Amino acid sequence: MSARRLFWFSSALPAIASVVLALLLAGLVMVITGSDPIAAYSALVQGAFLRPGTATRPTAFFETLVSATPYLLLALGISLGFAAGLFNIGAEGQLYMGALASVSVGFLVKGLPWFIHLPLALAAGVVAGTLWASIAGWLKATRDAPEVVTTIMLNYIAYAVVNYMVNGPLRHTGTAPRTPDIEPSAVLPALLPPPERLHWGLFLAIAAAVGYHFLMNRSALGLRIRLVGENRHAARYAGINVNQTYLITMALSGALCGLAGAVEVLALYRYLPTEFTVGYGFDSIAVALLGQGNPIGIALAALLFGALANGAGYMQFSAGVSNYIIAVVQAFIIVFVAAPGIARDVLVNWWARWLPRRARREEMEA
Amino acid sequence: MSEPILQMRNITKRFPGVLANDRICFDLKRGEIHALLGENGAGKTTLMNIFYGLYQPDEGEIWLNGRRVTIHSPKDAIALGIGMVHQHFTLVPTLSVTENVILGAETAHLGVLDLATPRQRILQIAQDYGLEVDPDALVRELPVGVQQRVEIIKALYRNAQVLILDEPTAVLTPLEVERLFETLRTMVQRGVSIIFISHKLKEVMAIADRITVLRQGRVVGSTTPAEADEAKLASMMVGRPVMLQVEKRPAQPGEVVLSVRDLRVMSDRRAVAVDGVSFDVRAGEIVGIAGVEGNGQSELVEAITGLRAPVHGSVLLCGQPLPHALPRAAIDAGMSHIPEDRHKYGMVAQQPLAVNLTLSTFHQPPFAQRGLLRWTTIREHARRLIREFDIRAPHELVPIAALSGGNQQKSVVARELSRPLRLLVAAQPTRGVDVGSIEFIHKRIVQARDEGAAVLLVSAELDEIMSLSDRILVMFKGHIVGERDARTATREEIGLLMMGRVGEAHA
Repeated sequence: MSARRLFWFSSALPAIASVVLALLLAGLVMVITGSDPIAAYSALVQGAFLRPGTATRPTAFFETLVSATPYLLLALGISLGFAAGLFNIGAEGQLYMGALASVSVGFLVKGLPWFIHLPLALAAGVVAGTLWASIAGWLKATRDAPEVVTTIMLNYIAYAVVNYMVNGPLRHTGTAPRTPDIEPSAVLPALLPPPERLHWGLFLAIAAAVGYHFLMNRSALGLRIRLVGENRHAARYAGINVNQTYLITMALSGALCGLAGAVEVLALYRYLPTEFTVGYGFDSIAVALLGQGNPIGIALAALLFGALANGAGYMQFSAGVSNYIIAVVQAFIIVFVAAPGIARDVLVNWWARWLPRRARREEMEA
Repeated sequence: MSEPILQMRNITKRFPGVLANDRICFDLKRGEIHALLGENGAGKTTLMNIFYGLYQPDEGEIWLNGRRVTIHSPKDAIALGIGMVHQHFTLVPTLSVTENVILGAETAHLGVLDLATPRQRILQIAQDYGLEVDPDALVRELPVGVQQRVEIIKALYRNAQVLILDEPTAVLTPLEVERLFETLRTMVQRGVSIIFISHKLKEVMAIADRITVLRQGRVVGSTTPAEADEAKLASMMVGRPVMLQVEKRPAQPGEVVLSVRDLRVMSDRRAVAVDGVSFDVRAGEIVGIAGVEGNGQSELVEAITGLRAPVHGSVLLCGQPLPHALPRAAIDAGMSHIPEDRHKYGMVAQQPLAVNLTLSTFHQPPFAQRGLLRWTTIREHARRLIREFDIRAPHELVPIAALSGGNQQKSVVARELSRPLRLLVAAQPTRGVDVGSIEFIHKRIVQARDEGAAVLLVSAELDEIMSLSDRILVMFKGHIVGERDARTATREEIGLLMMGRVGEAHA
């Protein structure tokens, strides 16, 4: 079997099958609960991709890209961890710390030109995410503490830190607990005039995906990360410092998650509220799983999740189907991706019927 | 011992890209041991998996007791009186022997599991066939040899009339092999028929009534131990004459390369595995460490190669002490290591062959420059090693997992010998490897010696130690209990030392 065909059968097709199966099953749930899945899904597509913008409402597709941006950055970070065999469940906490650091630099530092202030604010988010994830990486490397546990725990600490800062030292003078607005020089600008919200973060995320591809496939560090992830015993045997690799990988993973936080607040909110994402960091684990470690796959998965998140509102409004059904779709996707056997069995049954014919044909040609 | 109990007629099985079995005919008479001999990948296991219902043949018929049968699953096979002992056991370590044996064939009274009756039957079977085992022991506490007995009892408990043993001796010590053979002879006397799958010539010659040789999915021929000898079988398996004896010139030892001084190493269970071991290995000589497995050889090798930190003592390479537990330092100092467990240490299964051939050097020039991989160089290097070491692979980018065991091992050997080399530590270098590859690997190890490397060979195969080594050290319970010149040492003498009987071995 050629490498390309192997890739299709081992990665791409099961992922696509997972999504299709999830949509079908969620449709079944809708039928059982008395809704019309066809109406719902067409409204979802409308709301996610097709609805044009108006003077007050942004274009649907651009909003989908806005939602996909943090998914992409976070899922790249999480995928990086996967490559080394690390399960970074702390993306959410790293995103919070990144947002906190970026906003702080954004409003505390004044009088800088934008081309210094904006990079500085972004860098602050990256550094904060890096450091936050490195705590888990360091505990893993030196104390063999499972990163699954430590990153979850660090999430709670991050929430608490952000809450305290926003309610305390960094609180804006107004009624709602939030920080002051960042300086205009720290804003990550929009690409289009209002009401469009599409911003430069999209290109940062795409650049990150390109960088991810480059790191994983072209650099010695990326190969080292993958070797540790696939067989740490053999990696150690081959002279690779496994613990150092864990530390580096967690740091890089946290850097991407911190950047996601920075982009969200510098482009969209422009201040820090107490709670500003609804579990982006957790949904992104599913995005990463669906993306199968391939940057194009991750980007497509991020686009899908962005579309689901963005189309849900219009689906509820137009087809009268609760937007919780989107959570059902996401959950089914996770089930099928996490249990690849299910999707693969469906595929293999189909393939088994097709392969013998093909094998005979190849034999005759040979 | 007359009418065939089993006949397989013209069995053909295709896998994508491979013809695993090509019109194979095989028959088994009642009460005989019929050995199925062939290299890894010759199609032995596929054929038996068809017989056991794990695969369906694309063509061909199976006749059992004069009836044509179709076997859809192992359940069908068991119902027809077929039992199989796999190379990798299928026991639940945390359950007792009795529980393991009845698993899947439990009997219950009013929903309560009946353990007493099966326990009695197990004791009966154990007594009848000489399969001594404690039915109440937990499987995880049993030595490998006894676990295998449990597997055999499992098959007999289900009234197996035909027993398939897939490479049953791979995990056994020489003594355990003897035990197993006695059991098999008893079973045959009691009317059980046995298919014995193996690639080990000596064992097949010792136990089989008839031998059928497979090569590349085809039957090459059938013979009996009386008509054949090892050399003939080997050439049937490989398809060309094979040198079973290693040819080498006398060693010309130079300066000391490896010095092990008073080394003390703990095992995973925190017991002392290596206790105050000291020895030297010189350039241009092969020092073999003989011993029954589990006497500290693995820990010794891990301590020397930096995979395990010793608690006391030192390892010196060309006079320089090596830092503990730092494989990188050992590699950079010119040490190569063929690990005993290639799946755990020797290779990264899903990575391409090319990556596995540069596993410890991919980050250095010429394979990487300024942190960037140079895939062209990595692939060229791989293609060169594939040619030079006769690795059978479609191309250098297939995952190494797709190669046969022998070719995987040749890849490991190729990688380790392709670096500038002062010391080669070869642990079980030919384990699970076919005859053709064994010959090749042995040749390359001798060649490394002749080119001036020091070689430390650790092997559980006494033949391998005897034929390759220039000097033999025997390890027993963590100590070196004897040293012999390989030219004058006898198998008997080394065998006694391996059992710790030092006094009797003073020849």
